[in-house]
Order: sequence, then C-alpha cells, then structure tokens
Amino acid sequence: MSIEISAMTKRFGKTDVLRGIDLAVQKGELVALLGPSGSGKTTLLKIIAGLEWPDAGRLAVDDQDWLQLAAQDRRIGFVFQHYALFPHMTVRDNIAFGLSVRPRAERPGKSVIAAKVDELLHFLQIAHLADRYPGQLSGGQRQRVALGRALAIEPKVLLLDEPFGALDAAIRRDLRRWLRGVHDATGSTTIFVTHDQEEAFELADRVVVMGAGRIEQIGHADAIHDHPATPFVAQFMGATVELPVTLHSGRADGAGLDLSALTRRALPDGPARLLVRPQDITPVPDADAPWRITTRMSNGAHLRLVLNHPEQGEAEADVPRRAVQAAALVEGAPVRLKIEAGTIFPQDRSAPPATATPKSPQARLESSR
Amino acid sequence: MTAVAAPIRAKRVLPGFTLSLGTTLLYLTFIVLIPVLALILKGAEIGPARFWQIVSSPRAVAAFQITLTAAVIATVFNAIYGLLMAWVLVRYEFRGKRILDALMDVPFALPTAVAGLSLTALFSANGWFGGVLEAAGLQVVYTIWGIALAMAFTSVPFVVRTIQPVLEDMDPALEQAAVTLGARPWAIFTRVVFPAILPAWLAGCTTAFARSLGEFGAIVFIAGNLPFRTEIAALLAFIRLEEFDYNGAAAIALVLLGFALVLLIASNLLQNWAAKHREATR
Repeated sequence: MSIEISAMTKRFGKTDVLRGIDLAVQKGELVALLGPSGSGKTTLLKIIAGLEWPDAGRLAVDDQDWLQLAAQDRRIGFVFQHYALFPHMTVRDNIAFGLSVRPRAERPGKSVIAAKVDELLHFLQIAHLADRYPGQLSGGQRQRVALGRALAIEPKVLLLDEPFGALDAAIRRDLRRWLRGVHDATGSTTIFVTHDQEEAFELADRVVVMGAGRIEQIGHADAIHDHPATPFVAQFMGATVELPVTLHSGRADGAGLDLSALTRRALPDGPARLLVRPQDITPVPDADAPWRITTRMSNGAHLRLVLNHPEQGEAEADVPRRAVQAAALVEGAPVRLKIEAGTIFPQDRSAPPATATPKSPQARLESSR
Repeated sequence: MTAVAAPIRAKRVLPGFTLSLGTTLLYLTFIVLIPVLALILKGAEIGPARFWQIVSSPRAVAAFQITLTAAVIATVFNAIYGLLMAWVLVRYEFRGKRILDALMDVPFALPTAVAGLSLTALFSANGWFGGVLEAAGLQVVYTIWGIALAMAFTSVPFVVRTIQPVLEDMDPALEQAAVTLGARPWAIFTRVVFPAILPAWLAGCTTAFARSLGEFGAIVFIAGNLPFRTEIAALLAFIRLEEFDYNGAAAIALVLLGFALVLLIASNLLQNWAAKHREATR
C-alpha cells in the first residue's frame, strides 16, 4: 500500500511536534524514520496508526483518506517499543487476538484462526513458545511474538516503534536480519522508527532523517552519510566538529586547516561553517601551525585528541592508535588539521558566528527549540 | 601451615532489623494475638456441644443469615460501583478530580456511628431520600436494604483503593495495541483491561465483604435491630455481652472471626496472584 502524507502538523500544548511533514512511501518499501528523541518520529508513526491525530494535513493510503478512518478500521500492524503483549494471554492467544476480536460476521472460524496462528508461529520460529505467557519470554522472543500478533491480521501497513530499542546488541543484529526477511517474505509496506543510524541504514530501503518536527533529508545510507542536506543531518551523522571557514570562489580556507581534500561548493563568498566527523580530521605535526593538542586519550583502537586554537576554540579528532603518525601526536604538540571529508554550509544568518566547539546533535536540538 | 579462615557472616545492610521486628511482634501479640486467643479460649471453655447450641439457635442463625445476605448485597453493589469509581478516578481528567479522590476516603475517616446517623436521617420516612423511596414502595430504614446500604457505605473504599493502583500501572500501550488489532471499546475492556484488574478487583471485593460482615456502628442506627428481621451478628454478640453472657458473645464472635479469617486469606491469595500477574507484564 502506498502512503502519502502532506503538510502534516501537530502540536502538544506549546510544542510543535510536527511542523509540516511531506512524505510518500511506495508499496512494499521498508522505510526508517531516523532522528533523535523529540524529533517527532514516533508521533508521525502513531498518526499513521490512528493512535494520534494531526492538527492539519493529509494522510492517504492507496488514495483513501485515513484521517476519516478509526484506528480499528485501518488494518495496520503496530509493534510497540516494549511490545505491549497481553500478559494474561498465552503466546498463541496473543497472536490470535486480532482475528478473534473481529465482529462475528467477519470472524474466521476457530479452526481457521488456529491454523493461521500455527502458520505464523512456524514462520516466526517460535512454535515451541506457543503455550507460554509473555512474562516467561526473553526480550527477543517477545519481539517475535509482538510481530506475530501484528502480522496475524494481514496488515496493509506494518509500523514498528523502536523495534530493537530494548534488546542487547547481539540479538539486535540477528533480529534485524530476520525482520528484513519477514518484510521481504510478506511484501508489506513497512515503516519503523529508530534513533540508531546503523539500524536504519542496514535495514531500510530509504531513510527519512527527522529533526525537531521536520524532515531534514530522505535518501539512501551513502548519500546521507556523504552529503548531508542540512547542518542538523551532518551533526546527527556524527559530524560534531564545527570549524569556521572562509569561502573564495567555492574554495574553503581556514586557519591551520588543510582543506585540499574537500570538493568545491557553489556557495557565495564569505564566512561559512564546516562540519566534520572527528575521524575525518588528521592532525599533522607542524611547528608553525596554530593548533595544539591539549588532551590525548586512548580507547584501545583509537586516540581521541582534543585540539585547541587560540581564537577558534576546541575541536576533536579521532586517529587510529597504530597509525604511523600517532607516535608524534603528544600533548602540547603543534599541529595542522588535514580535513579528509566534511560538508560546508552557508553561515547561519541568525546564529552567532561559528566557533569550533563540538556540540552533540542532541544539544543542538535542545538549543534550537 | 594452613590458616584457618574465620567463617564469613553476611551482615545486614539495613540496620535495626532486630529492634523493629521485635517491636512489631510485641505489638501484634498484645493488640491482635492475645485478644483473639482470649476469644477462642472463651469460646472453647463451653465445649463443642454448648457452642453449637448457641450458634445454631434460631436467633443466631437468623442474625448470621441477615448479616451475610446484606453483606452480599453490599459487596455486589460495591463491586460494580467501586470499579466504576476507580475507572473514573484513573482514566479521566476533570475539575475537582482530586477532591473526589479525597472524598473516597471519607467512609474510612468518618466515625461509623456518624455515617449511620446521617444515613438514617436521609433514608427515614421524613428524610430527603426516604420520602421519595417510600412513596415508590421501597422502605430502606429498618429493613435489610438499610443494613446493606450502611455496609456498602463503609466498605466501598476497599474496592476503589485496591483497583486504582493497578489501573494506574497499566501500560496504555496494551489498549493501543488492542485498538490497532481492531478491537472495539467493549472488547478492549472485557478482554484486555478487565482481566488485568480482575485479581485486584476480586481482592478488593473480598476485603470489602469481610469489612461488611464486621460493620456495627453504621448499621445499628439504620437497622432497627429487630430480632429475626434486622438484627446483625455483631449486634447479637454485643447484646449477649450486655446480658453478661460472655460465652454466648464469644461463640457468636468466633463465627464472625472465622468468616473474617477465611476472607482475609482469600484476599491475600488473590493479591499475591495479582502481584505475580503484574510482574509478568514487565
């Protein structure tokens, strides 16, 4: 089923949770809504499900207006963050719930329901858990049951809210692959919400990056990683170091910076912001350079260096500990910063002049409210 | 040479265990155990034959019957009304909700005799409600309905206050999940919400029932206390006591005690079941 959302807005009290969302999802697509907490992604998912209602906008599924439809009539499969399994029902009864609550006229016979549940139990590889209660299951098992319960009604659209949020790393990886398999086998249109980039990129056909109630960028993993559309996306994707640069006919220049690896950008001349990932900064020892290493920490694989510039403040760099030049990078050493990759954005007119202070996307999000 | 290691003794992290447990046990012994024991001994003094004679005397049997019937009526009423009240207090936001919530404790705080007096005043033939009801042919005061009314008034908080926390703890996602699966409000209530609060509801009703059996102060004013008609067991025990028939009083009281114990055990079992139920949700 294709989903079309346009000009959707939603407010909770004084907070704008959604500020004009336009999004089209194709039939059979697997889309991730990626963003930090507070970006509105879960609200958007709940509006699609019919558990929340927007203040304005359109939501059409296969050209049917879903805002005229109660949640019960939308036939969506929703998997909740903490699964929300019915605690007093066995796994079998949980999965059968959606079929057994249908009005008598539409309700399949008992044997039909039982057969459907058995089929799902096998498909999801949880047949041995059929008679257990949710309290007796592990997180990963509950996740599978929750998905089974959602799939039992043969949903037109499958929606998952942080489907792997409550699981540990090894199980997440397994379940991710498994979910992709389930999606491909059922051919449903699937949207899931996550704050984990790796999860979004590995699993989804397309990733929708959301920040503060807006869609910041839609695209595939590589494009979002290499060409963030906005400073927010760049920062959210890990480019937490912001360096002030000056543009001359598309070429950037900055104090103590080697920017030769960057491509030209069609931006007006003048001051601009360069956003870089710490691992894309290579400090090169240079006696004349203005940057100094103030702190050197190791996490085993990488060295994290804090660099200081007398006028521009601080920046962080990640260097493989075993790299050839790493030995020379001691505290107090003067360095020049070679920028391997990064994105230049025009100076924010309203914002104060950029200083090279690393800020987390979270912090930026808070301050932008 | 081997050093003999001193045995390791685990130390309690929280201090004051001995003192606090000792104090509670002592208190429990003096306030609860000894009086109950005295009651049992007093009852046993007379021997099983005499005990049975007192307890099975027509007046006593009538008193037990009246007490039980009225308590059943009161509990059925409270089971429904208490559930509704808890639902309203947890699920909806409205002006004056906190006041309503506090009012729920009035039956706990009010001296039961005061409750009895005001209920009698309201429901007697010249009272606000009594006039209307008697015109419609229903007499409340001096009938079993009056007894049930007084019992219901004093025991409703037990039902409300046991259901409330369970309802508050319920994950809203459970109902949302049911909605997305196509369940209509009635199906959501009967198949998702009610099973979740059922243990607490039963436990609350059991406690309310036990309380109703023992209610005295509120009832004596409204019941009229006619032997064989509106005389409750607790009152009969009181009458025997006033006649200096200690054994007779003890025997009747023992039967009430038996009922109360069975109900309390039932309520505790239900609450254990409820706690397990809730744990499984997490």
